[in-house]
Amino acid sequence: MNEDKQEPPVEEPEIEAIPEPEGNTEIIETDFDIGQDNFSGAMSLNLDIHKIVFSVSAIGIMLFTFLTLAFQNDAEPLFVGVRDWLTGNLDWFFLLSGNIFVLVCFGLILSPLGKVRLGGPDATADYGYIGWFSMLFAAGMGIGLMFFGVSEPMSHYSSALGGISVGEDGLRTDWAPLGGAEGNELESRRLGMAATIFHWGLHPWAIYAVVALALALFSYNKGLPLTLRSAFYPIFGERIWGWPGHIVDILAVFATVFGLATSLGIGAQQAAAGLNFLFGLGTGSSMLILLIILITLVAIGSILRGLDGGVKVLSEVNMGLAALLLLFMIIAGPTLAIMTGFFDNLLAYVKNLPALSMPFGREDANFTSGWTAFYWAWWISWSPFVGMFIARVSRGRTVREFLIAVLIVPTLLSVLWMTALGGTAIGQVVNDGYTAVQDAALELKLFQMLTQLPLTAITSFIGIVLVVVFFITSSDSGSLVIDTIAAGGKTNAPVIQRVFWASFEGAVAIALLLGGGLAALQAMAVSTGLPFTFVLLAACYAVVRGLMNEPR
Amino acid sequence: MFNKIMVPVDLGHLDRLEKALNVAAAEARQYGASVVYMGVAEEAPSDIARNPKEYEAKLAAFSSEQATKHGIEAEALPVVSTDPAAEISKLILKAASDCSADLVVMASHPPKMLDWILASHGGHVAEHADISVFVVR
Repeated sequence: MNEDKQEPPVEEPEIEAIPEPEGNTEIIETDFDIGQDNFSGAMSLNLDIHKIVFSVSAIGIMLFTFLTLAFQNDAEPLFVGVRDWLTGNLDWFFLLSGNIFVLVCFGLILSPLGKVRLGGPDATADYGYIGWFSMLFAAGMGIGLMFFGVSEPMSHYSSALGGISVGEDGLRTDWAPLGGAEGNELESRRLGMAATIFHWGLHPWAIYAVVALALALFSYNKGLPLTLRSAFYPIFGERIWGWPGHIVDILAVFATVFGLATSLGIGAQQAAAGLNFLFGLGTGSSMLILLIILITLVAIGSILRGLDGGVKVLSEVNMGLAALLLLFMIIAGPTLAIMTGFFDNLLAYVKNLPALSMPFGREDANFTSGWTAFYWAWWISWSPFVGMFIARVSRGRTVREFLIAVLIVPTLLSVLWMTALGGTAIGQVVNDGYTAVQDAALELKLFQMLTQLPLTAITSFIGIVLVVVFFITSSDSGSLVIDTIAAGGKTNAPVIQRVFWASFEGAVAIALLLGGGLAALQAMAVSTGLPFTFVLLAACYAVVRGLMNEPR
Repeated sequence: MFNKIMVPVDLGHLDRLEKALNVAAAEARQYGASVVYMGVAEEAPSDIARNPKEYEAKLAAFSSEQATKHGIEAEALPVVSTDPAAEISKLILKAASDCSADLVVMASHPPKMLDWILASHGGHVAEHADISVFVVR
């Protein structure tokens, strides 16, 4: 690229300083040219990829997939062992870091730094609230809410009700959160809801917000490429263009591809289970492969339509459907219980938050490491993907507006969602003695609950559509993010590269599904949560430093 | 015959545009038309510009350089997009109607295999525009 600049058509811009974006910002002057390490050859295709990040990621992922398939019997215990060791022994570190992220976000909302606008003081937002918010939510946790909305409150409720049991070694063997609430249905319910909301509330969104804010600030305001390494500029300086930066970016691509591929595989199993429940279509391999191929094809169609015509439209459609399902639950379900439950559960969350988020001296070891630390590692391993996507659509918002929208609003919505789905399911057990949900397999709990309400066939079908569309948006936005990282932060790389990544994810998912090893690689994806926790802690520092240097 | 000619330009690949630029300038001189150089600025920093403002400046410089070089009347029309790679064809169509151009001159590659999945931008614009489109290959 750089070599063929014999006749610069534009009056030599090199000496000129970079103009500020819209309004006064602190531009970081760097000698790095975006895309300077890229391969942009024209074979039969025009490509534009970062030489090292693209090749190491693509080859590494294929190698990893192959090795996992070849040494299945060894791979699974190894990866699961690594994950369990991390979440078991470093649970305090994950919990502590999670708390730091939440505190940093609240600090920024309240401090004058919240006034800084992403993209410069005069920048205007690209997306209206509804489109923006739908995309945040769909990327952030859409799919998880479908499956854990019923099952998680139920699990915590049951284990809390069961009370505490202590093993011979003096350690607790039960999975109850905090001290449990043996035999007390009302308290168990509160505790179960509080614990669930804790896992889906402020903490995960704070994790996403930190990454998204760092990326948005360093690209829109300071002119660095939109890729993970840019957030490290305040720490590593020009060295981020070398190996330290390559490693961060490669790790991000790894975590995202494996995270997407494994959840595509597991999601296909769940969608097939739902379809089987409704129409009896079976859940065999061919059904799963068909689902993955269909999801990938629709995702490619959405990719070709671009951000505005694809992901945005699909996210809005899904938000509409999710709102419909929520509304239906509120009207057809126990209306009053959901309404009062919302405030009850919110209160229970706030009340139990200090105890639940305490990193040290916990006695509920199974809950802290098996649930909380696992979730934190999981959210953190997703954060490069979700954070980068959020950054991409959030230009023109102030830091305060951004954090309120990314942190507070989704948390409140999660409370409502969990109350409507999980609360109703618990109500069915407590009030009606209906235990089918409690006994159902994880992926069927939602559908079992819906059978107790009118219009089961329609609502279950909406449930399946929601799951599938959330996967399509994940695959689409994930490919967008991976491609940008693997192109050294260029957002205008040829669209065919995104098609490549989407197909690649689908292929990895199918390979793992057929050969086994989904669980193994998911465990590995979650394990990348540990290195990324350090990345995020550094990003907190970088964001605060970066914001303080912005003219206010 | 024509009053306003719009030429979509990619400041990153000017080497591939030479022919289209000359065609546009020749048409402009022949019919006494003015030329609008349309370019898409990215929101995220790119190899061309670190932000939309810098892009605007570069496109304006390019446009005035073309004006002096060919002795034509020219203006720049920067358009900002979050996802230029996927939306370029749509953006070109919209810009052409926004600036009420009556001819689009654009460079494109010869048709090739991959076009069935990713149609060439020139082909797409020619198919959907209601004004004349001159695709230069």
